[in-house]
Amino acid sequence: MKQRSYFVTTAMFFGYAFLYVPIAVLVIYSFNDSSIPTVWNGFSLRWYSALFENEQIINAALLSLKIALISATLATFLGTLAGLALTQTNTFKGRLLFTGLIAAPLVMPEVITGLSLLLVFISSEQLIGWPDSRGTLTIIIAHITFSMAFVAIIIQSRLATLDKSLIEAATDLGAHPFRVTLDITLPLIAPAMLAAWLLAFTLSLDDLVIASFVSGPGSSTLPMVIFSKVRLGVTPDVNALATIIITIVGLGVVISGWVMYRQEQRTIRRVQQP
Amino acid sequence: MSFIQIENISKKFDGVTVVDNISQDINQGELFAILGGSGSGKTTLLRMLAGFERPSSGRILLNGKDMTDLPPYQRPVNMMFQSYAVFPHMSVAKNVGYGLVKENIKKPEIDHRVEEILALVQLSSFSNRKPNQLSGGQLQRVALARALIKKPKVLLLDEPLAALDKKLREQTQFELMNIQHELGITFILVTHDQEEAMTLASRIAVMNEGKFIQTGTPTEIYEYPSNRFVADFVGSINLFEGIVATNDSNATQVKTDALGLLAASPDARVNVGETLWVAIRPEKISLSKKTISSTDINSVKGAVWDLGYYGNHCVYRIKTDNGTYLQVTTQNQSRATGLDINWKDEVHLSWDPACCMVLRE
Ligand SMILES: Nc1ncnc2c1ncn2[C@@H]1O[C@H](COP(=O)(O)OP(=O)(O)OP(=O)(O)O)[C@@H](O)[C@H]1O
Ligand SMILES: [Mg+2]
Repeated sequence: MKQRSYFVTTAMFFGYAFLYVPIAVLVIYSFNDSSIPTVWNGFSLRWYSALFENEQIINAALLSLKIALISATLATFLGTLAGLALTQTNTFKGRLLFTGLIAAPLVMPEVITGLSLLLVFISSEQLIGWPDSRGTLTIIIAHITFSMAFVAIIIQSRLATLDKSLIEAATDLGAHPFRVTLDITLPLIAPAMLAAWLLAFTLSLDDLVIASFVSGPGSSTLPMVIFSKVRLGVTPDVNALATIIITIVGLGVVISGWVMYRQEQRTIRRVQQP
Repeated sequence: MSFIQIENISKKFDGVTVVDNISQDINQGELFAILGGSGSGKTTLLRMLAGFERPSSGRILLNGKDMTDLPPYQRPVNMMFQSYAVFPHMSVAKNVGYGLVKENIKKPEIDHRVEEILALVQLSSFSNRKPNQLSGGQLQRVALARALIKKPKVLLLDEPLAALDKKLREQTQFELMNIQHELGITFILVTHDQEEAMTLASRIAVMNEGKFIQTGTPTEIYEYPSNRFVADFVGSINLFEGIVATNDSNATQVKTDALGLLAASPDARVNVGETLWVAIRPEKISLSKKTISSTDINSVKGAVWDLGYYGNHCVYRIKTDNGTYLQVTTQNQSRATGLDINWKDEVHLSWDPACCMVLRE
């Protein structure tokens, strides 16, 4: 192996430090016994227990989880359908157009997504009286809209590597195209669907901007509550909360990454086989 | 009426004709091979028979019924894919039984038939394995069993043995023939391997640029090729261009630049003065250090220029005095450490006019 130069090593050290020191500090201070966030006063779990007595935070956390579960599940469902439809679009130009259209939300500034969704909800309320107010439902819808794009992209790239002759073989053996999707396509892309679900789940749990636009009174998600608390000054229980969120999101990212990695390894092994 | 009737089938991709107006009858229980070079349109033709591609024009009839517009899942035709296409998430038994589940057959019956067919392809002890625990040859047999279990009227095979090594390929060729014989299913086999086509098929269609150039039994194709392309494509052959000098019921004599006047078996279709090719297979030429021929015709002198030893036979390249090369193969009938005829030896070649034919382009 080539010797890494000191410069690269140092740069890497500072780079990672820049990324992770703030998070580490936050995690460490969540175990601080002192009520002044910046003075270390010994190890304790008091902020964690304080957290679990704070009804506002507990409710917000439950609401966020509920929104994330529902929106991730529906986004996975719809995004998978979109991905399937995209790969079955026959003409190259058509596929390019629709892929572009579905990828656009990925690069759209969240403020714009949030604002446009808010406008849609308001005008739809005026036109057909639904949704009659903004709250949990509108947040769920908003989250589905933007995480569906991610799901569709993940599913589509998985489908692109799927051996087409498997589909043809099943059709040849007498299975109707719909059965083929159920019997062959879906089981084979299941790991990608799981990864997509986890991503959609964490995206929803993370989101502050879009939720702020489309939420209503009484439906504050966890990030919204944290943000409003922090504006009044950082309290150590927020550190504890943040640590918990980091753990959950981190787990989600690690698991979905691991699932995709395993999938890839399996594909590579299959390709190497005669 | 033939079992399968292919009527004026053509296929164009973006204006490029890939299959060009093919018509062919195939009989029930036949093992029909389509032999052609890479890109000649073999797979495309097979995929039209399976229903994965729609012909640009023409019809395909099975048992007199038009199935040109039937989707693949409604055709009594099954295909064995070149890549095997074994479902990776299903066990061997599940893979093989998949076609029956779609026919709403009861489970005990399915299990029974899966067992039966796995025994036929000698995979009984592998029924619970997953595909990634199988070797290439075993995967290939799973694919075969899966395609056979529905007892299709026609089985399409796209280069089924391409991925196997020589030994396994030969063994599987015989297995395929046995299975075909046992089940009486019509096989249509696509291959670019002429030996495979020769050993397996009852009839061979030689395909080039989307057309069937010649259809016939392996012997017909090999011994009586209809033109230069077929002769050249199937097996090795020596070809000499020349002009027909005389043509009567005894022989067709052709004046060639390379070897002078050559006599071939008589062919009533050719005209005196026509330019064509005289063709002789390498194994039809006798090779000797002494003069063996009493006449001058079809007899040449030369020296061994190149020599390939294949164990059971030898391939010689002979250079004549005027610089023409001929290929000759000889059987190694005696057991010896050295060869009778070796590098640089002076040799006499001769062949029977009856083994020699005239061919057009
Ligand atoms: N879907 C397609 N779209 C456009 N061109 C195609 C398509 N399928 C095949 N072709 C072209 O048609 C020609 C014949 O292809 P085909 O696969 O039938 O050849 P083949 O005889 O099976 O060759 P090989 O022995 O290499 O498998 C090729 O030039 C190929 O590029
Ligand atoms: Mg092919």
